[in-house]
Amino acid sequence: MMRNFRPTRLLWGLSPVVTALLTGCQGGILDPKGQVAADEKSLIITATVLMLLVVIPVIVMTFLFAWKYRASNKDAIYTPKWSHSNKIEAVVWIIPIIIVSCLAVVAWKTTHKLDPYRPLDSDKKPINVQVVAMNWKWLFIYPDLNIATVNQIAFPKDVPVSFRITSDAAMNSFFIPQLGGQIYAMAGMETKLHLVANEAGIYKGFSSNYSGAGFSGMKFNAIATETPAQFDAWVQKVRAAAKPLDADAYLALVKPSENNAVAYYTTAEPRLFDAVMHKYMAGRQSLAATDDELKLAALTKRLCATPAVKEQ
Amino acid sequence: MLLGKLTLDAIPYKEPIIVAALSGAGLMGLLVMALITKFGKWGYLWKEWLTSVDHKKIGVMYIAVAMIMLLRGFADALMMRAQLAKATDGHLGVFPPEHYDQIFTAHGVIMIIFMAMPFMTGLMNIVVPLQIGARDVAFPFLNSLSFWLLVSAVILVNLSLGVGNFARTGWVAYPPLSELGFSPDVGVDYYTWALQISGIGTTLTAINFLVTIIKMRAPGMKLMQMPIFTWTCTWANVLIVASFPILTGALAMLSLDRYLDFHFFTAEAGGNAMMYLNLFWAWGHPEVYILVLPAFGIFSEVISTFSGKRLFGHTSMIIASGVISVLGFMVWLHHFFTMGSGADVNAFFGIATMVISVPTGVKLFNWLFTMYQGRIRFTPPVLWTMGFMVTFSIGGMTGVLMAVPGADFVLHNSLFLIAHFHNTIIGGAVFGYLAGFSYWFPKAFGFKLNEKLGKAAFWFWQTGFMFAFIPLYILGFLGMTRRLNHTDNAAWDPWLYLACVGALLIACGIGCQLLQLYVSIRDRKQNLDVTGDPWNGHTLEWSTSSPPPFYNFATVPHVHDIDAFTDMKEKGEAYKVPHKYAPIHMPSNTATGVYIGGFTTLLGFALIWHIWWLAIVGLVGIIGAMLARAYDNNLDYYVQPDEVETIERAHFEQMGIDVDNYAERDADKPRRGSRPTTTA
Amino acid sequence: MSTYVEHAHDAHDDHEHHDSGSQTVLGFWFYLMTDCILFATAFAAYAVLYRNIATGVSGKEIFELPYVLGETAALLLSSITYGFAMIAGHKGNKSAVLGWLAVTFACGAVFIGMEVNEFHHLIAEGHGPNVSAFLSSFFGLVGLHGLHVTAGLLWMAVMMFEVAKTGLTGRAMTRLNCLSLFWHFLDIVWICVFTVVYLKGAM
Repeated sequence: MMRNFRPTRLLWGLSPVVTALLTGCQGGILDPKGQVAADEKSLIITATVLMLLVVIPVIVMTFLFAWKYRASNKDAIYTPKWSHSNKIEAVVWIIPIIIVSCLAVVAWKTTHKLDPYRPLDSDKKPINVQVVAMNWKWLFIYPDLNIATVNQIAFPKDVPVSFRITSDAAMNSFFIPQLGGQIYAMAGMETKLHLVANEAGIYKGFSSNYSGAGFSGMKFNAIATETPAQFDAWVQKVRAAAKPLDADAYLALVKPSENNAVAYYTTAEPRLFDAVMHKYMAGRQSLAATDDELKLAALTKRLCATPAVKEQ
Repeated sequence: MLLGKLTLDAIPYKEPIIVAALSGAGLMGLLVMALITKFGKWGYLWKEWLTSVDHKKIGVMYIAVAMIMLLRGFADALMMRAQLAKATDGHLGVFPPEHYDQIFTAHGVIMIIFMAMPFMTGLMNIVVPLQIGARDVAFPFLNSLSFWLLVSAVILVNLSLGVGNFARTGWVAYPPLSELGFSPDVGVDYYTWALQISGIGTTLTAINFLVTIIKMRAPGMKLMQMPIFTWTCTWANVLIVASFPILTGALAMLSLDRYLDFHFFTAEAGGNAMMYLNLFWAWGHPEVYILVLPAFGIFSEVISTFSGKRLFGHTSMIIASGVISVLGFMVWLHHFFTMGSGADVNAFFGIATMVISVPTGVKLFNWLFTMYQGRIRFTPPVLWTMGFMVTFSIGGMTGVLMAVPGADFVLHNSLFLIAHFHNTIIGGAVFGYLAGFSYWFPKAFGFKLNEKLGKAAFWFWQTGFMFAFIPLYILGFLGMTRRLNHTDNAAWDPWLYLACVGALLIACGIGCQLLQLYVSIRDRKQNLDVTGDPWNGHTLEWSTSSPPPFYNFATVPHVHDIDAFTDMKEKGEAYKVPHKYAPIHMPSNTATGVYIGGFTTLLGFALIWHIWWLAIVGLVGIIGAMLARAYDNNLDYYVQPDEVETIERAHFEQMGIDVDNYAERDADKPRRGSRPTTTA
Repeated sequence: MSTYVEHAHDAHDDHEHHDSGSQTVLGFWFYLMTDCILFATAFAAYAVLYRNIATGVSGKEIFELPYVLGETAALLLSSITYGFAMIAGHKGNKSAVLGWLAVTFACGAVFIGMEVNEFHHLIAEGHGPNVSAFLSSFFGLVGLHGLHVTAGLLWMAVMMFEVAKTGLTGRAMTRLNCLSLFWHFLDIVWICVFTVVYLKGAM
């Protein structure tokens, strides 16, 4: 059975790819709006190009050899016992080793540069945001500004944002694709992320680690304002809501719920984030020594009052 | 008390879709049983198949289970694509979330553990003993037991559809989500016990085959001369032996947390959920190499046979597979770069992952140079192989891309990841098994598969794959994450619809394969494999009849070279009629595997539903059956020479070799292979 | 006319009965290696979790070294006596085999009894595995070992029965060989447990 239609088949198979490339990739990681995301995008492109250096020849050779050495082509050389060549072995080991070595250098450098824990190089003072993943919404606390929000954050463009992230529920992953990479949110643990927006806009954020029934609705917006003044205005808007996020309010919030609307709070407990983490760390460290730590332990105890579990 | 947690509420009679699925499955089951009864085949089934310890029969049964589970896993896939195509922009999906979240969990578990693993194990079972010139595996009863443990696990997974529910955690079941606090129902318990039971079976199979290869090769066959498929299976078995105990430990710890209030992975009392990810993936990454290495071996066999050429770089292939296996143990952290392990750790594991692409690339080039200066026949197995070479190159590339931690930070858990692993698992493992299926089908059953339908199936799968998964790469770039049950981004919709089309194309491919089975069986008399060597193969399995006699080889061959059968054919030593035959020592069939499987199912079900008395019954039954087996004195028998001669004579005569006047023929002339009568 | 199959027996048959024993032992070695990795997983969990004492006790507070020394002595002694049983077995001395197996069983039973007692004591005092990750991983690791020893004891009892009834057959010797590997393996694991868990914990 002859295979006469190879070029057509190839095109047919590639047509979805071609279509894809023709549409604008708006939104998403190929449309970065911040330095971190931009670096990650160029890394993807660099790595892909390096690998295409091997992949394209392999695919071409597959079709070429199949065509040239098809059984019906009696003119082609036939060497049924030829199965070894030191030269070919050398090439097929060495060239990939060289490419992988280049990639390895790139990987080492960029892994360190793009380490989520590394503060960004900037002359501006970063905005601190504490993030608590809950079932199934996001709580954001601005400890320096005494405000807190649910499912919405804002910051001025070109100002780095330092996130401290934990979870009061199952494992989640904090992700704003257009601004940079993600990091897991885990109960009893703190992870860190540093992002910056270099263009004003509203960027989608969500959880990218499945955490249960309401996971698909666990979305938030990250608003990068054009000017610092606009950001201040937003802060005022949140403060005006004047709902204090004290222990009771927190306990009400942490109960399982889905598709939460945006909510605004003022912070009433300065060490709420630490207490949420410490909920899960009871007794792991030595007992409280200072007044401060005793107060934290008491708050922690209060927060352990209700288990954050959805009735199945 | 008597029924533990089990109540009538466990049966989802209020869910129409599930009721329909159960009814459909139930009707099909009844139909099959009715047909068996009608043709009076229960005795035959029991004696010849269910209690068999013959590796060839066990292999066929493994593949049958794999194909049934492929249908279920693929049904899950169709449901997922339908849901995501429909539940866009505020529309309701087809399934309520509590059902959908089970579907994607079951899809992953079924495809990896209950489709791919059994398919691989089945092919290994049928082929490896034949390829090394052995009469069976080292422990035939254990082989049967492994199969029935798989069946026990399959029963539990399928039972979860009708009694209770399955896990809603994704196939990885990360804590704290999989702990009792967030998953209080039996779903995760169905998951853990099904995996534990099938895991034991898999581990026993690996031990079995490792001993077989070390101890039972035909005389003269040095290790480095074993056929390449046998070698890749050997590496896979080494990986199984080294990695499955880690999964056993991780799942046992999760079960202890859930059953006895332990705190290995709980968020409270000092547990560490991150440890679960480390343990799970320390198993999970070797697992994907367990799946793909035998497929690589199949491609090697197929391309060398149908190019009419020796495999290029036989030694280099073996070493490359070994390097892949060893490295496969050093890369598990790339499954959670985003857990925050720090740049040095992430970079190390990323670079280690990238290094695996070197030996993999070597293999690709070796396949290419096997084709080079060959005479390639484009049979379905070759199409699958070429489809693999193109598809897997792309999948491997996206894998190395994700191995760069900085890139992974934006691609992790997105549909890009989904596309990548389906790319490598479908393009690599599944294409390989389907190639192997077409390639060795005549050997197992004695007639060839319909080629036209085989090619059609390939083209549907190949194009279906591209339409289903290239859009997913794009969706990953567009920021869509995995395990969503609805979406609300209009830019994603066209790609979701396209992916649906791809799934339907693959469904057509599967349809072609089912049709192919029917047509091939119907037309089998016209497509008989008379000589046992339909493709002019290189390795020893092709020297037997199709199907082989139950003892495989009347006389164990002496091996001198790689491509042992080609060597025999070229020296004129193939199809020699022996002067006389010796008695052959064979193991007896036994029902013990079936019984242990049955008691294991009871034990598993009882543990899931907390029916403690039943669990004890199951455990006692297992131990009792083991003891009965240990003290069974009728484990084996001798096949007498006259029976062997009758079987061998029939095969020679079918090939047109005149057994009685054999000495008169010009036996000294070297022949490529004495096949005086024509074959198809 | 020459064929390459002149010999009356094929290569496989003659070795059959010797090989099946060595095949079984090789297979059992592979199984032991999987068990080794299972224990390694349990040790890894212990290493990760042993400092997480939550609201409970630490190892220092609950490990009683003299008691553990007694357990260890019992288990190590049982390994030696099993060795004597095997020597007697190779000499064909059935009654000596049964005698030494009985002593081994007794020592092993003492070990298990002492361990069950320790566990019971700990749980009764409120230091059960549900208190903390440390205690979970302690009970998990030590318990895993204890379960293996218990299974070994059951196997040993069955073997004593078999040897008593049917004598020191080839089959019995192969099985005793496997049990020997198992028993000594558990001994080695215990030395690691004793060192990593008890000694390190108590210091």
